[in-house]
Amino acid sequence: MTDPILVGLIIFVLASFIGFEVISKVPPTLHTPLMSGSNAISGIAVIGALLMAGSGHTTLTVVLGFIATVLATINVVGGFLVTDRMLQMFKR
Amino acid sequence: MDWLTRIEELSYLGAAALFILGLKKLGSPATARQGNRLAALGMLIAIVVTLLDRQIISYTGILAAIGLGSVIGAIAAYKVEMTAMPQMVGLLNGLGGAASALVGIGEFCRLVAVGEPLTASTLITIILGVLIGGVTLTGSLVAFGKLQGLISGTPIIFPRQQVINLGLLVAFLVASGLVGLDPSQLPMFWSLVAIASILGVLFVLPIGGADMPVVISLLNSLSGLAASAAGFIVGNSMLIIAGALVGASGLILTQIMCKAMNRSLANVLFSGFGSATTGNAEGTAH
Repeated sequence: MTDPILVGLIIFVLASFIGFEVISKVPPTLHTPLMSGSNAISGIAVIGALLMAGSGHTTLTVVLGFIATVLATINVVGGFLVTDRMLQMFKR
Repeated sequence: MDWLTRIEELSYLGAAALFILGLKKLGSPATARQGNRLAALGMLIAIVVTLLDRQIISYTGILAAIGLGSVIGAIAAYKVEMTAMPQMVGLLNGLGGAASALVGIGEFCRLVAVGEPLTASTLITIILGVLIGGVTLTGSLVAFGKLQGLISGTPIIFPRQQVINLGLLVAFLVASGLVGLDPSQLPMFWSLVAIASILGVLFVLPIGGADMPVVISLLNSLSGLAASAAGFIVGNSMLIIAGALVGASGLILTQIMCKAMNRSLANVLFSGFGSATTGNAEGTAH
């Protein structure tokens, strides 16, 4: 159980099952906001980008990490704000 | 495990729980807005905790990148027209896919530069990350272009499309094998990146503009998988969990959206592939 790939695989499969179960009947008006919200969550790639940008290994990794961090942050911040704007219309 | 690592892992667990709750609440009109905020809170926790990670030794570049990304993201989110939301989501999704692919590329270059031997599992996760991330990026850009009217919304079909796609897939597999045999051949690795990018374009071009929301939803699911692959590459459980959540829930949502149009996913994706004459009626309506 110490092989990190194996542990990762177990986590991946179990999390996938949760992902399948957590979405059930969704009214059509919520299709786009739900897509947008989960898109913002996929911006979690920012964490991988941060770890790479900050580790200071080589110039190339730092530069790639910087670009990746900018792109993923746009995805996260833009994603959550856009979703909130869409959902604002549902209020009252 | 020292106390800092322990706090990090527990915070990641909390963030993952917030993501799950957020996704659940996003599915019902009364709680959707709250769900989005819970997910955003989870993301904030995950980012702040990662900044405390011992691997991170330099902060100037990172903070500048976060600042720059936040400003661009916020401006884009407030400027976009409500009618342009689907393509906005597509564009943002492409950026996320690009970030995942860049993490894979960066890690590969680092390992080669350090001269560390690449294990088969490392290599496979890097290649998968580059493939899925690259397809997500260029596919999303084409979907954005179609909805924005930059590219014709009608299915774009050219002769021998299937043969070309198949050839590209074979080329990708061969190049993957060659990279595995001799990772120091960087041009071979860059050709993998190029092929993945071309595949993303060719995947979306034959699909009609009216079907783009479904395609964007599918690409969103893919960007989740790309993030998961990045998680395997850098060895981070938070990325694996959140990526798998988005990958699976995005797939379900894609199916729900297809059902709402009374179509099957295969029909949406491949109706343009079959023959140019059958086309698809909904695609030309745009």
